[in-house]
Amino acid sequence: MGIETPNGFNLDNSGKRVVVDPVTRIEGHLRIEVNVDSNNVIRNAVSTGTMWRGIEVILKNRDPRDAWAFTERICGVCTGTHALTSVRAVENALNISIPENANSIRNIMQLCLQVHDHLVHFYHLHALDWVDVVSALSADPKATSALAQSISPWPLSSPGYFKDLQTRLKKFVESGQLGPFKNGYWGHPAYKLPPEANLMAVAHYLEALDFQKDIVKIHTVYGGKNPHPNWLVGGAPCAINVDGTGAVGAINMERLNLVSQIIDRSIEFVEQVYIPDLVTIAGFYKDWLYGGGLSGKSVMSYGDIPEHANDYSASNLLLPRGVILNGNLKEVLPIDNADPEQIQEFVTHSWYKYPDETKGLHPFDGVTEPNYKLGPNAKGTPTKIESLDEGGKYSWIKSPRWRGNAVEVGPLARYIIGYAQGNPEFKEPADRLLKTLDVPVTALFSTLGRTAARGLECQWAARKMRHFQDKLVANIKNGDMATANVDKWEPKSWPTEAQGYGFTEAPRGALGHWIKIKNGKIDNYQCIVPTTWNGSPRDPKGNIGAFEASLMDTPMADPEKPLEILRTIHSFDPCLACSTHVMSPDGQEMASVKVR
Amino acid sequence: MDAGAPKILVLGIGNILWGDEGFGVRAVEAFHRRFETPETVTVLDGGTQGLYLVHFVEEADYLLVFDAIDYGLEPGALKIVRDEEVPKFTGSKKMSLHQTGFQEVLSAADLLGRYPQKLALIGCQPLDLENWGGALTAPVQEAIDAAVEAGAQLLAEWGVALSLRDDNTTIALLTNDIDHQSYERRV
Repeated sequence: MGIETPNGFNLDNSGKRVVVDPVTRIEGHLRIEVNVDSNNVIRNAVSTGTMWRGIEVILKNRDPRDAWAFTERICGVCTGTHALTSVRAVENALNISIPENANSIRNIMQLCLQVHDHLVHFYHLHALDWVDVVSALSADPKATSALAQSISPWPLSSPGYFKDLQTRLKKFVESGQLGPFKNGYWGHPAYKLPPEANLMAVAHYLEALDFQKDIVKIHTVYGGKNPHPNWLVGGAPCAINVDGTGAVGAINMERLNLVSQIIDRSIEFVEQVYIPDLVTIAGFYKDWLYGGGLSGKSVMSYGDIPEHANDYSASNLLLPRGVILNGNLKEVLPIDNADPEQIQEFVTHSWYKYPDETKGLHPFDGVTEPNYKLGPNAKGTPTKIESLDEGGKYSWIKSPRWRGNAVEVGPLARYIIGYAQGNPEFKEPADRLLKTLDVPVTALFSTLGRTAARGLECQWAARKMRHFQDKLVANIKNGDMATANVDKWEPKSWPTEAQGYGFTEAPRGALGHWIKIKNGKIDNYQCIVPTTWNGSPRDPKGNIGAFEASLMDTPMADPEKPLEILRTIHSFDPCLACSTHVMSPDGQEMASVKVR
Repeated sequence: MDAGAPKILVLGIGNILWGDEGFGVRAVEAFHRRFETPETVTVLDGGTQGLYLVHFVEEADYLLVFDAIDYGLEPGALKIVRDEEVPKFTGSKKMSLHQTGFQEVLSAADLLGRYPQKLALIGCQPLDLENWGGALTAPVQEAIDAAVEAGAQLLAEWGVALSLRDDNTTIALLTNDIDHQSYERRV
């Protein structure tokens, strides 16, 4: 017995209920509930998350030129991408153009964030869903060395290197403080790697931890500091003075060369460590092609990385812009972020109040009024929920929809759109990977496909940093030193009222900010973050969101140890800090899993 | 600069947009406004950067952290813990906004073989961690001076001489209207 959703999923909540709360190793608080049938296959999925409210309250009446500094604090992971979205929104509202150098610098910073975030996500937040750390202790270092050398020229690959690492790891595990490795379901039957592949992956976990600190130095150079780099409405907050010998804050040749070296090393690390690891790990999980969810049906990307300054149309954006609906890869539909009929947020199943909840609201007219009440079939009490009633309101996340459709956003969405458009920058690497793994193109629509797209995008982004760095240096050598346009810096040069939007592709998907300015101050400010799209609850028509869809029909080896749920949800790189609020009074250290 | 002197990191963590979660950042901001530090000391607003802070931590010989910690005490109460006690407290419950957890940052530094020799945590009992967009509550706000003072005493114990800043030369740690005073201004 089940209900068919308009977006094509058959939901049946009659089986046993499994509650995972919280999902660990992510930013923020997320709870997942599923129903499994007698074979432990997931037949209904419910995702509920933390609340995103209040930025409009904080920003009301502030200076639009400072909004980026506030939005940079929303989340600890995509700080820069919120700041970039914010300055773009203000520039869009006030019709401010930026110099070509500022566009290159912003692209390098945004791409740097993609590379950094994807790398850290793969190794430090997601790899342990595929890699069994405890199994690595029984690996043969010689065989590990042979494996590593067979897949990559990366020099840290001797038997002695892996032996030392294994000894360190043993000591660490035996000391009883498993640290980053403590929340694992080690020994779970869903782990498929041999001990040697596990040891190699753990070695690279540590190398990536060491390496990631170099990548962000790019933010220190162009943003003046890190963490929390500086941004500027009208351009980039760094002066260029190539003849300078270290004037405070100015970019000289030495700084440019430093960035250039970091870019080279990033490309090398991604191509010699990340990509070979991805291919190796994926090779052992080829028959685990669950988790596709909405990806084979409806996906969306706002697009990003303008080749030339001030043109945000699809043809000028290097990351694709558009929407695919209902699996029709032949048609990529255009997006207008200002059209009130396109992007709308619904609250029928969210803990908010609208005057008419059958209708959605465009972010320019967004309302965020809390209304916390559980559905009639929820179990437990409002402060201690045992299980939710997805027929009623059940999440602090709103349901954003594009023309009424639930869509998936993120690296896989971007690659599917790029692939559908036949763009060789996305299609060729994807085809190569599919061929290497000997899997059909439909394999992309899976948890593994999401994880693979992120890896390919990391490589793409590292190479595009090189492109924009070269472009910046060439432009400077031609005598163009401009990094900022201050023509409209003073509020007296602005109209009395203005509104605008900014968008980026954050590492985890489409990010939009909408601003209304009145008398030089912020009148309204709304953000829709990627995890709101992916983690959204059902909408008035009953469409399920991307997280929920991705869990459907996945078999679980042991519902008490929901590794499969973690694996698929982590593949989205969810970031709930953006979406924000603690639902349960205690954020427990360990996820509690309850089966009813 | 004394080449042999230990490198010290004075780190504030938390989210300034979320009520008392902002304590750690506001405490280092106040510390920085009040004291000039020698070159061996780095004063850092770590925000909610989680694992991304590991390289700052691994470069430190001694680490002093300010954070809002739920000890189950009276709101605004300060508690100082040291060395092996620190990982047990950081990343304890109600640390939702930096769930990657500072505990994990310490473990990661340990795993890399570069764990600080000395650690101290100046924690403040929050009253309200759930007020999105809110300011520090009065008891936590009132605890900042004492926390800064406790930090200075710890650094003195670690052999660091601090001097009071000349107010006119201070470059604020947080700018663009998110400094403590401007942030809490309500129009």
